[in-house]
Amino acid sequence: MSDHLDCQQLLSSISDFVDGELNPELCRQIEQHLTECENCRIVINTLRKTIDLYQHQPGDEGLPQEIRHRLFHRLHLEEFLNRDPG
Amino acid sequence: MNNESIPETSLSLEALKKGDRHELARMVDLYSDKIYRLALKFTNNPQDAEDVLQETFLKAMRALPEFEGRSSLSTWLYRIAVNESLMLLRKQKPDVSLDPPAEEEDSDEGTSSNDLILADWCCLPEDELLSEESRRFLNQAIQQLPATLRGVFVLRDLEGLSIKETAELLGLTETNVKTRLLRARLFLRQQLSLYFAERLKEWEQK
Ligand SMILES: [Zn+2]
Repeated sequence: MSDHLDCQQLLSSISDFVDGELNPELCRQIEQHLTECENCRIVINTLRKTIDLYQHQPGDEGLPQEIRHRLFHRLHLEEFLNRDPG
Repeated sequence: MNNESIPETSLSLEALKKGDRHELARMVDLYSDKIYRLALKFTNNPQDAEDVLQETFLKAMRALPEFEGRSSLSTWLYRIAVNESLMLLRKQKPDVSLDPPAEEEDSDEGTSSNDLILADWCCLPEDELLSEESRRFLNQAIQQLPATLRGVFVLRDLEGLSIKETAELLGLTETNVKTRLLRARLFLRQQLSLYFAERLKEWEQK
């Protein structure tokens, strides 16, 4: 196997690469390729940023009260609706 | 599973299996929020997500007496919720197969380096990247993913599950999960690049 990766080979390993799941030799080849290839650098950086943006979305606002109400009724647990949900 | 915030041991499995209603109510309050948000990511529809939420707990309460504890309670509930979500998606779009034919698995479609967008939008300021409009675009982009890829992306990248856990929950091999994850991530990177390349142009003109 050649020591030089092409862009297409890099792309097929890019997901494992950003997860840190590649063997050290392939990692080294990818890092080597990245020092020489501006396009792949951009692809990797924007891929990392994409995952990062999705992972840091705000959320966790808690379950809307009316949904909790309907859920407890559906499960016939309505007598416990007023206990502290914390 | 990524559940540090939920002290699972605070629930008595014994009481749950006996159908102790006070304990069941506590279980519902501990997990309903996470399950609702998971279903919302799968279905992108509040009504569907609520249906999944209710069905998940109805099924769980029925099956609890037989729960053997081979997986944690949270993993078990997650599995029910994932199955309910997938079933609902299948019902809505019966023509969309959730399991593509094997030959598609290895295709390079969408993962060719020839048609990649190469805008370097990483340098955009945070308030552009995190704006309300950007958020909406991110959500829309996920919904454009085929269901086969969406499930993998939601569990792995949004819920933070490992490849192995994702494979178990979806009944796929780890290799399948990795292939789908690659395609899902590249698809979303491409969509976001289209969108943020425009923002980048506007921003540079300011
Ligand atoms: Zn390259």
